[in-house]
Amino acid sequence: MFNLFRKDQKPEETNNIKPDERIQEEESEKKGLFGISFSGLKQAISKTSESLVGSVISLTQEKDEIDDDLLDEMEEKLIKADLGVNTSVDVIEKLRLNKNRIKPDQVGEFLRNEFTEILNSAGSNNLNIKDNQLNIIFIAGVNGAGKTTLIGKLAYRFRLQGKKVLVAAGDTFRAAAEDQLEIWTNRAGAEIVRQDGADPASVVYDAIQKAKTDNFDILLIDTAGRLQNKFNLMEELRKIKRIIDREAPDSLVETMLVLDATTGQNGLKQAEVFNEAIQLTSVGLTKLDGTAKGGIIIAVAKELGLPVKLIGVGEKLEDLKDFNPDDFINALFN
Amino acid sequence: MFETLSDRLQSIIKTTAGQSKLNEDNISEALREVRRALLEADVSLKVVKAFISKIKDRANGEEVLKSLSPGQQLVKVVYDELTQLLGGSNKPLSTEGKPNIIMLFGLQGSGKTTSAAKLAIKLRKSGRSPLLIAADIYRPAAINQLQSLGKQINIPVFAMEDSKDVKDIVEHGINYAKENGNNTVIVDTAGRLQVDTQLMAELMILDRFFMPVEKLLVIDSMTGQESVNVAETFNEQLGITGIILTKLDGDARGGAALSVTHATGKPIKLVGMGEKLDSLEEFYPDRMAQRILGMGDVLTLIEKAQQSFDLESAKELEKKIRKKEFSLEDFMNIQKQMKMLGSLDQILGMLPIPGLTKENREQISHVGEKQLKRIEACVNSMTIKERKNPDILDGSRRRRISKGCGIPVDELNRFLKDFEKMKKMMKKMTDMTKNMKRGPGGAMKLPPGMRGKFPPF
Repeated sequence: MFNLFRKDQKPEETNNIKPDERIQEEESEKKGLFGISFSGLKQAISKTSESLVGSVISLTQEKDEIDDDLLDEMEEKLIKADLGVNTSVDVIEKLRLNKNRIKPDQVGEFLRNEFTEILNSAGSNNLNIKDNQLNIIFIAGVNGAGKTTLIGKLAYRFRLQGKKVLVAAGDTFRAAAEDQLEIWTNRAGAEIVRQDGADPASVVYDAIQKAKTDNFDILLIDTAGRLQNKFNLMEELRKIKRIIDREAPDSLVETMLVLDATTGQNGLKQAEVFNEAIQLTSVGLTKLDGTAKGGIIIAVAKELGLPVKLIGVGEKLEDLKDFNPDDFINALFN
Repeated sequence: MFETLSDRLQSIIKTTAGQSKLNEDNISEALREVRRALLEADVSLKVVKAFISKIKDRANGEEVLKSLSPGQQLVKVVYDELTQLLGGSNKPLSTEGKPNIIMLFGLQGSGKTTSAAKLAIKLRKSGRSPLLIAADIYRPAAINQLQSLGKQINIPVFAMEDSKDVKDIVEHGINYAKENGNNTVIVDTAGRLQVDTQLMAELMILDRFFMPVEKLLVIDSMTGQESVNVAETFNEQLGITGIILTKLDGDARGGAALSVTHATGKPIKLVGMGEKLDSLEEFYPDRMAQRILGMGDVLTLIEKAQQSFDLESAKELEKKIRKKEFSLEDFMNIQKQMKMLGSLDQILGMLPIPGLTKENREQISHVGEKQLKRIEACVNSMTIKERKNPDILDGSRRRRISKGCGIPVDELNRFLKDFEKMKKMMKKMTDMTKNMKRGPGGAMKLPPGMRGKFPPF
């Protein structure tokens, strides 16, 4: 039975491999580790490419001009690709205004320019890491977005760069969250500060002191998942932010929202509210793997002005990748 | 959760009010807005199209009732269709099988493990004796998480930490249940993508070997357009028996609810409504439809209250409200009890307060927690007589109270005015609920907010 369903494209199945083996295995192929290879990216977003670009372009075939029906159909396709209703409407409105100048066979080019412009307008997609100082990366997001996993993978990346990495187990609420994080940090070879059941702010405080005293390069702060409409939990997040600002004023280099790529319109709401609370600098997009949901990268850039800096494309330790907008556009349109 | 959708429908409907008849012209604009609202609510495009065309047909054919504005008529049609779309009537979980086997599955991070624990509590409350089986062998510490939840709620968890054979784990778990007198097992499986053929095969093996009577897809209410693909694939491959919709206490508009029921034809059986482990609730399509239309969810609130408090005091309260005897003291008591029910936001979301939009609801609950303390201070500075009968609060009394609690008179005035308003609202609302219960045979299935606006037939 298994043979029937076995994935044919990936020879190694990671889930059954022990962590140590995993690290060794991956260290041997270190070279293209943080940037995703073009073919890898293309594979990860092939369905996105089809739904966001292919399906729209195929509508224009054998059309002589862009009419309202065609525009409506294109808009629906974009919405269906989770580009977000507002972004889809805006893009199509722009096309509508220029419909006399743009021929149907130029729609692909038009979209390409639009998407490129949107992605570029959101700012740099590189993690803002500085040498010779403590770099704090503060991670927040709703429940189940993939924060802890992202931190584990991120810790591993920094370790491979030879950095000294500390992780603050700020999710003191969810059962066994600290255990989960500790397993990840062990795999990555990072250190952890955990005080189960304590006030997360105090965990963060202690972690900052330790990071300063012991000269860590990187401090990754995990937080409990919280729905953005929970006032008290958002207050708690603000408090943690205040402590970081107070205890390590120039060290906070990234405040990142972890966003599940499967999320719909609420993702934008999440970014808005989290941004208001803790002034986000970037988005880490998780679970972007093989399904047709990459449109949200563009929606995030357009509607929030936040750059996506990391993308999670699989379950393996090295499956957290830098996001490169040029490659993304190329993979989308080629 | 669906606030923005309901806000939008309400405002559209206002614009169509005052017209004499429903026809294609006066609903087409409203329908376009409904379409957009549904899309913004993450209802999948396919479902939106089907929904809109149904509404169009129904609304067009429908007789416009006397003294009904086209807007009200449209609300009725939308409400009926929404109810139907959300799954018609809801069936309780099957208790068949010895043991009764319930399997949970879904995407990563959808909330399976938490839902498993919540479900266990719920089943225990209804007299079952559940065992949780930890079958997520992939995610680090997933087993610890379930064990730790099990400890918190005092429900046994079966796990085999060193095993990588899920079928073997479940088999042993079921035997353990039989030996230990657990008549229900809940299998918590690992999160997986619906396109991951190997992991999907793992579930199919479990399905074939153990034939769970309930196969519940756990899905995050924040899911976007992808929800249809997820639900369809899981349903095709495993034949799901129902859906658990999680994180519904968030502010996602939850269009996924509409999408998944439509895509699979399977009902949403339970909804996750909060961080607390007893916050897994029944799903009622009709109530949800009311809620979508801003009619509130009084029944759920009453039910919740009944579970948390004794029936006596709830009845007494209802009587008081109906007789307009509801006093500030009762108000304070409710406040205290409500704190036990959940956050202010959650509670407000269940109350059908007209004009209470998502935004002011949020605002109220943000400011509210603080303001409630101020209100409490006001009430504490009143005499018992004043609390029972706020009408006697004249200028001098108000000044005295203001001095007593240090809160300016105008704030006190505002609060008292709001309280009066609320009192009227609550009376209306309980009357409606009463009428609905005793109403004639439900021939006119109208949302409660519209009852009483019709002449007797």
